[in-house]
Amino acid sequence: MTDDQKTLVENMINSDRVFLMLKGTPEMPRCGFSARVVEILNGTGASYGSFNVFDDYNIMNMIKEYSNWPTTPQLYVDGKLVGGCDIVEELATSGELEKILTPAEKE
Amino acid sequence: MDQILQKLEYAFPGADIELKNTSSMHVGHNAKGMHLKTIISYRGFKGKSLIEQHRMVQNALEAELGNEIHALSIKTTIK
Repeated sequence: MTDDQKTLVENMINSDRVFLMLKGTPEMPRCGFSARVVEILNGTGASYGSFNVFDDYNIMNMIKEYSNWPTTPQLYVDGKLVGGCDIVEELATSGELEKILTPAEKE
Repeated sequence: MDQILQKLEYAFPGADIELKNTSSMHVGHNAKGMHLKTIISYRGFKGKSLIEQHRMVQNALEAELGNEIHALSIKTTIK
């Protein structure tokens, strides 16, 4: 992965505090796992940015390499990978997701 | 399936491992490969984040993911 590619990915996932890489769009997810993460995120009321990996397969491959995570969807908060569908579901059930999505108090 | 289970058993010695083929739940999805779900309870997950635990499982099946496995749902617990 080149530095330019890394910068491209970093700019993308940092464009919103909460960012979702998914198959399809939040309005029309094109995979059951992406749909599930969208459903959970929408349920929290958090606002988030997103990118449809089907729009650019190069980005899909880059993001997998960048995060060392072989699948999408991938949820990022503050530029850090939170997880895929299973982890998001688990964190939502335990109530931890809400804490992660709530911005830390600014000093 | 047996081979995949064997790989997991080899990667996570002493773990309780469940492996299910959930492909029938995804009929109509034009994907090649199986949808699998695995539940692994393993001592070695202790002290590791969820992300790290899931990565360990993904790495164990690296060769199969994207080939005979289309999607893998993972649930990990500490034994």
